[in-house]
Amino acid sequence: MQESDFAIVGGGVVGLSIAYGLLCKGKTVTIFDEHDNALRASRGNFGLVWVQGKGSKLPEYAKWTRQSAKSWKNFAAGLSDESGTDLRLQQQGGYSIYLTEQSLAERASDLQNLKAQLGGDYPFDVLGHNAIKKEEPHIGPKVAGAILHHEDGHVNPLLFLRTLSRVVRQRNAHLVTGKSVASIAPLNESQSSDSGFVITTADGAEFRSRRVVLCAGLGSKTLGQPLGFNVPIRAQRGQVLITEKMPPIINRPSDEIRQVDEGGIQIGASAEEVGADDRETLDITARLAQNAIDQYPVLAQASLIRSWAALRIMSPDGFPIYQHSRTAPGAFFVTCHSGITLAAAHATLLTDWICADQPDHYRDFNFPDFNITDFDFSAFSEERFNA
Amino acid sequence: MLKRTSNNNPVSFTFEGETIPAQSGDSVASAMLAHGTQALRVSTRRKAQRGPYCMMGACYECLVEIDGKTVQSCMTTATDGLQVSRVNHEDV
Amino acid sequence: MKTYDLAIIGAGPAGMTATTAACAQGASVCLLDEQQTPGGQIYRSLNHCDEQRGAILGEDYLYGKTLIDPLSTIDADQTFGATVWRIDENGHIYFSTHGQAHRIQARHIIIATGALERASPVPGWTLPGVMTVGAAQILIKSSGLITEGAVLAGTGPLLYTVAVQLISAGSPPTAIVDTQQPANYVTAAKYLPSALARAATLKKGLGYLAKIRSAGIPFYRAAGDLTIEGSTAAQALSFSHKGHTVRLQTDNVLLHQGVIPNTQLTRSLRLKHEWNRAQRCFHPQTSDWGISSQSNISIAGDGGGIGGAIAAQAEGHVAALGALQSLSLITTEQRDAGAQPHRQTLKKEAGLRRFLDALYPVPEEVMRPSDHTIICRCEDVTAGEIRSFVKAGCTGPNQTKAFGRCGMGPCQGRYCGTTVTEILAAENKLSHDAVGAYRVRAPIKPITLGELASLTGTGD
Ligand SMILES: Cc1cc2nc3c(=O)[nH]c(=O)nc-3n(C[C@H](O)[C@H](O)[C@H](O)COP(=O)(O)OP(=O)(O)OC[C@H]3O[C@@H](n4cnc5c(N)ncnc54)[C@H](O)[C@@H]3O)c2cc1C
Ligand SMILES: Cc1cc2nc3c(=O)[nH]c(=O)nc-3n(C[C@H](O)[C@H](O)[C@H](O)COP(=O)(O)OP(=O)(O)OC[C@H]3O[C@@H](n4cnc5c(N)ncnc54)[C@H](O)[C@@H]3O)c2cc1C
Ligand code: FES
Repeated sequence: MQESDFAIVGGGVVGLSIAYGLLCKGKTVTIFDEHDNALRASRGNFGLVWVQGKGSKLPEYAKWTRQSAKSWKNFAAGLSDESGTDLRLQQQGGYSIYLTEQSLAERASDLQNLKAQLGGDYPFDVLGHNAIKKEEPHIGPKVAGAILHHEDGHVNPLLFLRTLSRVVRQRNAHLVTGKSVASIAPLNESQSSDSGFVITTADGAEFRSRRVVLCAGLGSKTLGQPLGFNVPIRAQRGQVLITEKMPPIINRPSDEIRQVDEGGIQIGASAEEVGADDRETLDITARLAQNAIDQYPVLAQASLIRSWAALRIMSPDGFPIYQHSRTAPGAFFVTCHSGITLAAAHATLLTDWICADQPDHYRDFNFPDFNITDFDFSAFSEERFNA
Repeated sequence: MLKRTSNNNPVSFTFEGETIPAQSGDSVASAMLAHGTQALRVSTRRKAQRGPYCMMGACYECLVEIDGKTVQSCMTTATDGLQVSRVNHEDV
Repeated sequence: MKTYDLAIIGAGPAGMTATTAACAQGASVCLLDEQQTPGGQIYRSLNHCDEQRGAILGEDYLYGKTLIDPLSTIDADQTFGATVWRIDENGHIYFSTHGQAHRIQARHIIIATGALERASPVPGWTLPGVMTVGAAQILIKSSGLITEGAVLAGTGPLLYTVAVQLISAGSPPTAIVDTQQPANYVTAAKYLPSALARAATLKKGLGYLAKIRSAGIPFYRAAGDLTIEGSTAAQALSFSHKGHTVRLQTDNVLLHQGVIPNTQLTRSLRLKHEWNRAQRCFHPQTSDWGISSQSNISIAGDGGGIGGAIAAQAEGHVAALGALQSLSLITTEQRDAGAQPHRQTLKKEAGLRRFLDALYPVPEEVMRPSDHTIICRCEDVTAGEIRSFVKAGCTGPNQTKAFGRCGMGPCQGRYCGTTVTEILAAENKLSHDAVGAYRVRAPIKPITLGELASLTGTGD
């Protein structure tokens, strides 16, 4: 039977980032992932490494997100060195664009509050129409203005996914792809945290690991409950459009429109509560197209190559869940709705926690490089929903 | 090489400024081929020359720009006065 | 929004026949086709065919008039130059004409979008000057343009048809490089008895071969390792033949490896498809009446599986009757009686088709191209890159697409999809059904953002 230190159940960007981090720490890792048609947020996302607006209701999340965004440069460089692939990371700032003065002003005041909570360290500018037009000459007359946050950026999410897969393989991770995990069970009921798990795939094959990280996206729900996790997640649909490749039109990404490194204009993304339905719809795609044209009128003539929909994995408050099992010690549950942005943190700091001798006492963590102290990991426990 | 079964050319359009004669029934692509121009675009990744392959609107190798839009030249009827240019993927 | 009993997408033999048959029963019908005139691939541009073109293209082409002429006497809305880019489960059909988007609704839809030529991914097939055999035929049909000095490479009935048409036009191909193997005759022989119901068609085919022979065209049989040479345009075709490498100078190479169903619309609707081993391609699943896995959508003609033009015509009839019965516009008895003669035609055509499928199988080099051969023309992805993604854990085409953009370009996988499935099946030792196919999503043909945006607030 295949044995490893860690079993990673779910080979999306969350699972692969964690696997990469563990491999860098010298652990042995087996990664499980499903077949071609599985639901995969990692294959359908927008590629933003995004800071602005995140965590206005949970400063811990703002810190975590910024920490990750700041670490992305090194993270990407490391992956590029190992793979020879440039991930096309750009972190020259990004916008949220507003068509009315009022919505711009509301957003600006939200961010002012967050800035205050973060001790004044939150680099953003409010740009009026003329100012954004200067930065983005193709911006249209309907645009009232934009927030430019200097820590925002984007990456090629598919190159990122592919590179992670390659690099974990180069580092000798064992990949079990094309089949689903049917169950994860503690080897014995003792409360010791490293007694181990047996992972059984749908075809009956069994694998052992000392610890297991459940990060199977929407698939975590059924797998997690027997391990004592509540897994309070739901699917949220996001629809995205991509145009033909075009000459450079857009300099910086916004949370709705960006020009990808290959030249296409990517337009997103809706947020719909429709369960596990990942079909694209006329209504939403038409609205996205109209919104893009309102912001950048030149796009009216652009050829739309494809639209798609993908499912976000959402927790009730939208923040990540990092949970160590109370009933099956050594089992971890990880999920988030910004797995690209958080990948750098997941590969480094989160794996420290997953490897820790006593994960439950992993509080008041310090990030000395970034001047973040007293970071409370338990803010991301799923127990916050129990009340 | 292509030859015409008949030789009247009642229609003409321009491609990158050059006048291209065409017959009724011609698509922009067929007129370009008749004119002796096979390569209509450059592939986006390897920047290799490409020309019409299927002539039935399925392969997208015949893309050109007309009125600021990227269109399939094999599916576009050649009409008088049309201004056709290459698709500009340069600088991408 | 206009609403119909029946909408038919595609005005080839299947769609034209379905339209006429449904109108005859009093149904309200809408026929849409992206070509400017009816006819489909086989009867393309027949409306403005002069005597000279007719003589080149032959009687099978001219036969199409019997299907096209009735369209001008029936009471159906017919829109040409109409590209259908989205169909919703609820029967909403979105299409564009002259850059303008429209929407209609139909209680039942018949998809009759026909076939595409199978891709022939051989080294150099992306060079300008390389086209499909069908493309050369389209040039004759729509523009009276004759390809001179062409080398035809590949195999299949359409290749010989076009060779004969080029001979009739006074520009015989300079050579035919046939990838068919002698062993294929042996395999096909067992289907010969069932094909004999179509003895006249077989005889016609033999006549084509005789005509090619008597025109003195060099005919290389059992050729392999096709490679097109040239840096910015085709200059020569080289291939192996009887243990030697032959190199033919030419700036026009016409490739052909049979035709496969165009499944873009049926895939976008997430209908059930299955791999057909004899034809080496996916077919949408249909009932005897052409009804797909979704009860308000039928498929007729080559789009449901390759049967040829005569079968397509019969299927159009059968599908129309099946649709009208499911809409309760005719009775089951009317449907069954009306379909009777067409079923007989279909049976005979199926016998012929089994023979042809065995006689002209897809050669290994086309199913599993060498590593440096480009598979995805749009994004310049090679077979070797696909294989490297398999090594990184990809089991299916949607994963290789995410990893290497293969299938992400404007053709949306029309010309790489089948090849990628073949490669993945071989590399992972999986069945083609287990490997699967690209997910296809709207718009199935690119439209402008402006066209899409013009529909804001009109959907439901
Ligand atoms: C439209 C859209 C836009 C987005 N934009 C951004 C963005 O700009 N920036 C950003 O940071 N984030 C973005 N996100 C979110 C981001 O994509 C996700 O947070 C991230 O991809 C989640 O990764 P994951 O690995 O948790 O999940 P997934 O990618 O869904 O991966 C889960 C994996 O688990 C596997 N799995 C499931 N069940 C089993 C089982 N039983 N056995 C084995 N394997 C199993 C699946 O096969 C799958 O591969 C976006 C999401 C969407 C939908
Ligand atoms: C290039 C080519 C040439 C051929 N030549 C011959 C020949 O000479 N002799 C022969 O026996 N067989 C020939 N065949 C095979 C022949 O096409 C079929 O046997 C027959 O035409 C099938 O009829 P059909 O009605 O199923 O489809 P088709 O005749 O292919 O008709 C399908 C129609 O659907 C339309 N369509 C497709 N997608 C859309 C969309 N999204 N929106 C709107 N309209 C759409 C197309 O424009 C087309 O007119 C050829 C095939 C091809 C591909
Ligand atoms: S030549 Fe294939 S789409 Fe025009």
